[in-house]
Amino acid sequence: MRLASGGEIDRGTPLAFRFDGADLEGYAGDTLASALLANDVQPLARSFKYHRPRGLLAAAHEEPNAVLDLRHGAYHDPNARATLELLAAGMELRSVHARGTAQRDALAFLDRCWRFIPAGFYYKTFMWPGWKWFEPAIRRMAGRGVVDPSYHPRAQPQRYLNADLCVIGAGAAGLAAAQAGLRRGLRVVLVEQRTRCGGTLLWRSARIDGEPAMRWVAAVERELRSGGAEVLLCTTALGLYDHGLLALSERMGDATGGARERVWQLRARQVVLASGAIERPLLFGDNDRPGVMLADSALEYLRRYAVRAGERVVVATGNDSAYAVAEALQAAGARCVLVDARADGALAAAARTQGIEVRANERVACAVGRDRVRAVRLASGATVEADLVAMAGGWTPLIHLYCHARGRPRWDAARGAMLPGDPVHGLAVAGAANGADSLQQALEQGVAAAGGAAGSTPRAEEAAFGWGGEPDIAQAFTTPRVWVDLQHDVTVKDVALAVRENFSAAEHLKRYTTLGMATDQGRTSNVNGLAVLADRTGREISTLGVTTFRPPFVPVGMAALAGADRGELQAPLRRLPAENVHRAEGAALLDYGNLLRPAWYGDRETALARECRAARTEAVVLDASSLGKIEVLGPDAAALLDFVFYTRISTLAPGRLRYGLALAESGGIFDDAVVLCVSPRHFVVSCSSGHVAAMVANLEAWREDRFDLARVFVHDATPQWATLAISGPQARRVISALELGIDLADGAFLHMSARDGVFAGVPARIARVSFTGERGYEVSVPADRCAELWGRAREAGARPLGVEALGVLRVEKGYIFVGQDTDGETMPQDIGMGQARLARQDAFVGDRSLFLPAAARAGRRQLVGVSALGEAPLAVGAHAVVRDGASERSIGFVTSSYFSILLGRPIALALIEDGAARHGETLEFEHLGARSAGRLVPPCLHDPRGERLNA
Amino acid sequence: MQQFPCPFCGPRPEDEFRYAGDAGRPRPGRDASDAEWAAYLYFGRNARGAARELWIHSYGCGRWIELSRDTVSHVVDGAKPMNP
Ligand SMILES: [Zn+2]
Repeated sequence: MRLASGGEIDRGTPLAFRFDGADLEGYAGDTLASALLANDVQPLARSFKYHRPRGLLAAAHEEPNAVLDLRHGAYHDPNARATLELLAAGMELRSVHARGTAQRDALAFLDRCWRFIPAGFYYKTFMWPGWKWFEPAIRRMAGRGVVDPSYHPRAQPQRYLNADLCVIGAGAAGLAAAQAGLRRGLRVVLVEQRTRCGGTLLWRSARIDGEPAMRWVAAVERELRSGGAEVLLCTTALGLYDHGLLALSERMGDATGGARERVWQLRARQVVLASGAIERPLLFGDNDRPGVMLADSALEYLRRYAVRAGERVVVATGNDSAYAVAEALQAAGARCVLVDARADGALAAAARTQGIEVRANERVACAVGRDRVRAVRLASGATVEADLVAMAGGWTPLIHLYCHARGRPRWDAARGAMLPGDPVHGLAVAGAANGADSLQQALEQGVAAAGGAAGSTPRAEEAAFGWGGEPDIAQAFTTPRVWVDLQHDVTVKDVALAVRENFSAAEHLKRYTTLGMATDQGRTSNVNGLAVLADRTGREISTLGVTTFRPPFVPVGMAALAGADRGELQAPLRRLPAENVHRAEGAALLDYGNLLRPAWYGDRETALARECRAARTEAVVLDASSLGKIEVLGPDAAALLDFVFYTRISTLAPGRLRYGLALAESGGIFDDAVVLCVSPRHFVVSCSSGHVAAMVANLEAWREDRFDLARVFVHDATPQWATLAISGPQARRVISALELGIDLADGAFLHMSARDGVFAGVPARIARVSFTGERGYEVSVPADRCAELWGRAREAGARPLGVEALGVLRVEKGYIFVGQDTDGETMPQDIGMGQARLARQDAFVGDRSLFLPAAARAGRRQLVGVSALGEAPLAVGAHAVVRDGASERSIGFVTSSYFSILLGRPIALALIEDGAARHGETLEFEHLGARSAGRLVPPCLHDPRGERLNA
Repeated sequence: MQQFPCPFCGPRPEDEFRYAGDAGRPRPGRDASDAEWAAYLYFGRNARGAARELWIHSYGCGRWIELSRDTVSHVVDGAKPMNP
């Protein structure tokens, strides 16, 4: 129940919200969890496997049960963590895992079947006829929140930050570290996952430098902020990666009106991990009942949210730190019974003076009650009424980020905790995370971790604190159902079963039982699991090894990870300069390797035939602006191109073009290109659209590797120039109408040559080159003049040609598309270009590979044309199959296939073993079980002598 | 993500770079044996521990960098231009 005063909440700002349909009220400053606890909502969740009723175990990120479906206006989070999310007015909360509600769950009967569904049950039972038959139904019963596919969270771009010192955790040790760093003149970032600085000082009474500790906290925070340090509240460090890179998740509340989580990437020279320690549950019967809570968390609810989690409280402990909890709850009006496994002592005597009943040498054996705890049965047999059982089973330091940085933890038996082992470069661990025994020691470690002067450490006084030693398992086996991992429903019995089945290493136990594999990464269960494992195997905990912690420390939303990188921004499309002109022409714009190009114009059904016919009988214009225009400049330009290209380039005369291949070092064809020699010191490489970046990188790589950088330079001018390819029997008439100022007579302007001209007052380059086999010209102008050039070409009678029709036209001519009609193994001799291999003696990329035995062996796949014998085109990817003894095998496959309007039949290109010697053979092609026949022919089926280039 | 000290651009995140193989492995001439050529093509050192590596600062200056890097600890203790 809520106390009348105290806490961080603002009683002047009540907030109405709903949980499972009930109207409730909390206050500004509440988390969802504290508001639900104040309204006495128990249970508020169902367990993962047995659908057991569950309440709150903890008050922060270690909470395993309270995962809720949260809707708030347009915002939806199907797995909101109730202990971290702040309450806002109008929130609609639902329990997620129940069929019905957390309080009335139609699947609650599963808990009565517990004897029959131990760990490994599903995998053993649902093996026949196959897990996949059962999986959908079982997955529906398990799992947590349900994603709403229609919900698209707002994008919140990631943020980036650099720091000299990043401190994780703004408790005593972290604040001391941040302050020491700031005073040394460092750029400091302090990361705190709670809403305020202070750590345990927010709820545990202490004095620092003679004043209440929170005064010191406020003073340090002021000093940090005014000194320029960045203090990130509500922010959790998700992971620590190489070279001091931290990923952070910031919970932004409702401030942004949509996206509530933002991911930061922070690079820090030095990291101080001051993440503290969390309390460990005790192992006793039915220790998962609603009302069984960590003692430290009960105190946090009391002090920060003024919520008294119970009226009749049993505080179960084996260490000193629980006494302050009992005293605080007693002072707040509860009636407390302290059950201490240890002998009577001075602390007990002091507690009795507060009216607390202390039962020494006593343990809780099991909780009594179903939907909430009503009493506990003690080991001695006595029963004590209770509506809250506060467990203080020792402490677990949070060293996840130390493990992310590949630190190896060691077991500290005296403290009963995994502590950092050998130091990790760039990372210091301080405070409770490092095993500090007192507030004073935490402050000292914080100052030291940041390189501060030891004399500057403040003086601290606090209530008794104790680590508690190794987990107390005296009551772990006295009752049948003792929970180890609440989030994955793993019990002591499951651990014992795993050991019986010989899964007795820590990593095997984890996989057999799924202990520690839930979203809380087992932070309240791993150590208890190890203690049970050690007991069942008769070994020491220190010998069992540890499982590895991996990022993220807490679950992070995919939307926050994506940040702004979604939709088109995830892989931005490249666009043509004249895109709007194509749209106005009715183009269908499709994505070709991240480049938006016109696929066809106008009506899809008729476009292909219409465009192909125009290309062969009239004139067409194709936007080829994306073709590479890579300038290679300098006295060694020809030498670089000779080395990178398989085809010799240095023998080109100025003003002439050459089609050439470039290879990879393996000898496979890397790309093809048309290279223009402008002058002996200036070449332009026009490679295929999709390969420009790779060709530039390849030229740069070899330039850097083998050439004097002052004598050759590579510059990618592709985006600066737009190119329209105009081809067809009427192409020269169209070009002459453009008034480019050059002599177009065939004698003056040969095929495969280029001229500089002028288009409407700007420089233009005109190249005679053909992609279709017809007379062709490519006109390049500055990119912003492309639309004008397109308009003039259209007025002169050229019809638009899309990429799809271009495919038909090039296959009719046997022109390959590198990467489609070749694969990584295709060498020049496989496509009929083997001459240079024998002619060149100088070095070029891939040279030696062309003379390996593999390059000369029989059975290489070679390029052929295929004339399909059926009505329909062969499928791209269809395999040519031949008899091979008793079976069949593939000897190659179709790489491009179309229906040729010109030839009136389907045609294709294919890579077939020894294909060049098989022209005339008819082969069977198989695709998805269907067969059709095709006759192998030379790749070029139209105008093999190239007469139409000058027609 | 690692951070590499580009000699031209200063410390930059790893994802701006592209790995380009071992440093100090010269390209064999055409008189190399089949085995020597195959070793050049396919058998990198794949060192465990100290390594000299080539990286290209693709999304930065575009230059080739030779890094001295420990492949286990990821500690980088030097970077210089491949072609100074
Ligand atoms: Zn650079």
